[in-house]
Amino acid sequence: MSSMKNFTKALTFFLAIIAPLLIVTIALRQPDNDRAMLEALKTKYLTEHQSGVDHGKMEILQQDFSNPHEITAACLSCHTERGHELLQSAHFTWEREAYIPGRGVTYLGKKNLLNNFCTGVQSNEGSCMKCHAGYGWSDKSFDFDNQFNIDCIVCHDNTGTYKKAGGGAGYPVMGENGPDFKKILASVGLPKSENCGSCHFTGGGGNNVKHGDLEMALLTAGRNVDVHMGVDGSNMNCVDCHTAENHVMKGRYYGVSSTNTQRMSCEECHTAFPHQKSILNEHSIKVACQTCHIPVYAKVNPTKMYWDWSTATRKKDGEGYENLDSMGNITYASIKGDFEWGTHVQPEYSWFNGTADHHLLTDKVDTTQPFLKINTLMGEYRDHNSKIIPVKVHRGRQPYDTENLTIIQAKLWDKEKGKGALWLDLEWERAIVEGMAYVGLPYSGKHDFVTTEMYLPINHMVSPASEVVSCKECHTPENGRLAALTDFYMPGRDRNFMLDFSGKMLLILSLIGVAVHAVIRIISARNIKSAQSH
Amino acid sequence: MSKTKKAYVYKGFERFWHWNQSLLIFLLALTGFEIHSSFSLFGYETAVDLHNKAAWAFIILIIFAIFWHFTTGEWKQYIPTTENLRAQAEFYLFGIFRNAPHPTKKTLISKLNPLQRLVYLGLKVLIIPVMVVSGLLYMFYRYPQDGGIEIINVDNLEIIALIHTFGAFILLAFVIVHLYLITTGHTITSNLKAMITGWEELEEDDEEISKKEDNE
Repeated sequence: MSSMKNFTKALTFFLAIIAPLLIVTIALRQPDNDRAMLEALKTKYLTEHQSGVDHGKMEILQQDFSNPHEITAACLSCHTERGHELLQSAHFTWEREAYIPGRGVTYLGKKNLLNNFCTGVQSNEGSCMKCHAGYGWSDKSFDFDNQFNIDCIVCHDNTGTYKKAGGGAGYPVMGENGPDFKKILASVGLPKSENCGSCHFTGGGGNNVKHGDLEMALLTAGRNVDVHMGVDGSNMNCVDCHTAENHVMKGRYYGVSSTNTQRMSCEECHTAFPHQKSILNEHSIKVACQTCHIPVYAKVNPTKMYWDWSTATRKKDGEGYENLDSMGNITYASIKGDFEWGTHVQPEYSWFNGTADHHLLTDKVDTTQPFLKINTLMGEYRDHNSKIIPVKVHRGRQPYDTENLTIIQAKLWDKEKGKGALWLDLEWERAIVEGMAYVGLPYSGKHDFVTTEMYLPINHMVSPASEVVSCKECHTPENGRLAALTDFYMPGRDRNFMLDFSGKMLLILSLIGVAVHAVIRIISARNIKSAQSH
Repeated sequence: MSKTKKAYVYKGFERFWHWNQSLLIFLLALTGFEIHSSFSLFGYETAVDLHNKAAWAFIILIIFAIFWHFTTGEWKQYIPTTENLRAQAEFYLFGIFRNAPHPTKKTLISKLNPLQRLVYLGLKVLIIPVMVVSGLLYMFYRYPQDGGIEIINVDNLEIIALIHTFGAFILLAFVIVHLYLITTGHTITSNLKAMITGWEELEEDDEEISKKEDNE
């Protein structure tokens, strides 16, 4: 009878307590859908694009072209409206209209902005325009309204044989030494990663120099380097994500694009709730996906972390020279100064709301600051549109006018010696005078060098899930990845020292209190006992 | 020595509630202070996971406990009183060392001495609600931010986190003292036994006839 009663009791407890717990636990469980979503995405990008046109059958392309402008004209004879599109495209204009808070409406881009590498294109167009989607931009006289100045092939060549000439202002090598244009034109199609990479991998003067997360190795590396482009994985192309509508590409780089439009985010494919664990999804309100999913960049080849222009122009035996490190990286070049390189670099982190500012050639240098920001990422914890993003911070030293307090655009390149180009004549003063004259800004005749920082996005080289940044790498009291972002409270990193001290004291005093009480009890109990026995 | 009689003091649910609560508080303290980076034990991710699961279990337990307290009328046990408060304090400070009798007689209607009444009431209406509310805000702080409901916007987790940490220290201090005071019953183990079995030797009182017989 009694055991029956006990059994009923146990059953009641089970039903009353355990059952609701189970029900709620099951109800709170997130559905197991992230794998399904990933599989669907993988399937989607497995399908190869099939062209509906065989350009080899186009009669107009069967000519022996002697001039690349004629090739463009041939393209546009069928693709009649694409020329207008390209004339508006940033790949051609190298500038955009942008509203920057605190600055107003601006027209900025690679055309006129400073960077922390070769500093800027102005007065150096002949060399820089090797990466312009056009022909002949050698100086200010370039016609941006002429459709025949567009270079279609640099993006649409699918043979991998098209090359723009060095120092050719965007013109390819033509004639005998040039590639087989008939073959190239017969197979034009959607851009391959190689096309994009021919410029975007080599910015700053060599493979992976500038970005750190964009380099040649992406074409051949596996998932361990980049889960999207890995040849043993989804093997995706640049344009699978960077889709275009009327030649307007998705995904814009804040180093040159200031406004928060046409930016790309992981969420567009992976949704804002890609994790099974809701606590991870909750991070996404303040933390960009890349912050955890790209633990290191420059996973294969080194990227340039530091560029000190102030040491340029040194000579050995009257000649410029280069020093290499044991890995074969240039650590000093007379034409450029001192470099530092890094591989497997841990990103730094910054708040970003999508809007960026830039230090313009006309802006004043504030010499009271420890360094000058070449570009500024806007955002902070309290800004609801801001997220923490990983950045490559490229540091350096650039020439500035000590009287006018402006950054200097020096003339670096020319076809021949004696025209003031730093890279040929190895002389700062003349290069500065020529460069500043070209941009039409005053130069006082006195220059020095200022410490600079430039922020570059780390969006590629997404690691497999197993290598993701762990909780403790940020939620740790000392030297965490987010140690530099101090405008918010993060559990595990932050604490109130007064509160913690008081709390610890409270616990210690409680322990001492009960210990003393216990000791007095034991002693007095003994005393009472002995008193009774006597 | 007055006559004593065995009485069924702590009902089944009451004990279930008490021991589960104690387990959950230990688990929450362990995982919580790991999240606070006071030590490493489970690993951060597991600690957060356990802490959140234990929190939900605790909330469900609290809901059942509230229901139980009101339906059984047991909530009246916690009505504070100043009667004997001073005597009780003096007992713990002096009388206990002289083997003096407990100043408050434990009965089924009044199981708690005035100090216990005050402390437990404080836990129930102040510390635990503060921990639950700050804990829920901790869990869901992103939602007001995201939804833009201005009045409950949490612009900084700091104040929530500090309140939650403060409560944790108070609860831990309570646990230390509470564990020690277990030993201050009629015998060293009588309080512990009572909370495990439900049965305790109470001083016989004419009006307070235990329902021992009824239960057997």
